[in-house]
Amino acid sequence: MGFLDTLLGRSKPVQPKLDDLFALPSAAITLQASTGFTPTGSGSVCFRSVEGKTFSDVESDVRDLLNMDAGKPGGGLPVEVTRDSYGYTWLVSSHLSDELDALVTDLHAVNSALVDNGFGPQLLCTLVAFRDERERRLALVYLYKRGTFYPFAPLSGQERDNALEIQIKNVLADDLKIEQDLTRWFPVWGAPGM
Amino acid sequence: MARTRYAPDRGLTVRMTVTMFLLGLVFVAFVAALIGIMTAVHASGAAIVLVALIFGGGSAIASLFYSDKIALAAAGAKVVTPREAPELHAIVDRLCALADMDKPRVAIAPTVMPNAFATGRNSKNSVLCVTEGLLYRSKLDTEELEGVLAHELSHVAHKDVQVMTVASLLAIVAGLLVRFAFYSELFGGGRRSNDNQGGIPVVLIIMAVSVVVYAVSFLLIRVLSRYRELAADRSGALLTGQPSKLASALTKVSQGMAYIPNEDLRAAEPLNAFYFAPAMKLTGGGGGGAGGGRGGGKSLSQLFSTHPSLEKRLEQLAKIQRQLGQPTAGGLSAGSGD
Repeated sequence: MGFLDTLLGRSKPVQPKLDDLFALPSAAITLQASTGFTPTGSGSVCFRSVEGKTFSDVESDVRDLLNMDAGKPGGGLPVEVTRDSYGYTWLVSSHLSDELDALVTDLHAVNSALVDNGFGPQLLCTLVAFRDERERRLALVYLYKRGTFYPFAPLSGQERDNALEIQIKNVLADDLKIEQDLTRWFPVWGAPGM
Repeated sequence: MARTRYAPDRGLTVRMTVTMFLLGLVFVAFVAALIGIMTAVHASGAAIVLVALIFGGGSAIASLFYSDKIALAAAGAKVVTPREAPELHAIVDRLCALADMDKPRVAIAPTVMPNAFATGRNSKNSVLCVTEGLLYRSKLDTEELEGVLAHELSHVAHKDVQVMTVASLLAIVAGLLVRFAFYSELFGGGRRSNDNQGGIPVVLIIMAVSVVVYAVSFLLIRVLSRYRELAADRSGALLTGQPSKLASALTKVSQGMAYIPNEDLRAAEPLNAFYFAPAMKLTGGGGGGAGGGRGGGKSLSQLFSTHPSLEKRLEQLAKIQRQLGQPTAGGLSAGSGD
């Protein structure tokens, strides 16, 4: 935000960065090779709804768009829409575990639909889920406004496996833009699609 | 450049620019007058002005530097960890990620009055404080609470503490000059009058100028404060995308204020400018001089108020609600220009 904007108190909504999301499929290969975590095939987009019919129309259009291919080979399951307790909406897309490309394309379709309709600033984060043989849960969270990723590894209760998260961060340092500011690695407890 | 549906509010920007320009103008005129007086009579008044500048500037810098600690101490608030207040932190986390800003520290004040404030000299050192009254007694739902927090985060993003500190510097110096001049006249008046060979004592002229400057800058600061509040309402509503939630939070909090006993209101006075809703309807100002007149009716109390009236704030939010709800086809404010 520029000096004048600050002085005049007119902060502008921040536009999302979308492109770095496509680095995910190759990062998943690195992740599997070095840690044994594989994609579960499900991922989600989280955004802040805007009141009014315009936004809910856009929202249902996106849902219809994603559901067009549902059930066909490579099309995945119908999207699931959840509203969390903080008022954010999560669109969960579920594919087979080897269809990460299709999943990322789905997630990107949501992003572009919102951006095209002028609701880009409402995008919060996107999340892609992973598991290892010991059934440990891991998510890579993409922050739209920063264009960076961070790992989120929830344990039971409201605890996070910080050691695992740091390990994942180091493994993926070359493949993904990792969020360097650890205070921005906010927890998404009970996020749909994990 | 991505399309945006957030049209800037030019009216508000223009009004704020004019106010700041006027404040600057008063500042320049004040300095010019002081220099003029001193060179004309080259009297001992120079010492008084210098002392006031050093004291005023020093106290402004100190209050800016320690604003977070002072405000937390004044409110008796305590910084809470994510473990102590998980829900509050989760809301702030999400808002900061949406707005792409540094997360401030989060504090809770044990006050029954429902309110919130944000302060700190920069984004790294800022702190966002809510009262227990707001969390537990005001019956706000999560999204209304989020609206309040978004309003406060906008204050941080707009650097309102810094802006208001610079803006009030003039009033602080002028207020100090009035006092110094008064005391020096009181204790050393006879001697100085003789120095001037019977003319009007310099200190008296300085005092008169300072009183005028104080009064004018006091009013301008209040005007500026009201515009900053409207700007924060606006940015907060755009951030969450829920202007009507902020509106209902405002209404609930303002109603809650009416039930609060006087002791709380008085204790809250130093923080008034940073609060979400005004804790004091009419304040006399910190520096002496222009006190708020009683019985002047609504327009006078409006003139001295740090916050815009509830009706004005609700009206603005209704306007934003209409903007956000515009259909995609023709309603987009193409590219917003810059």
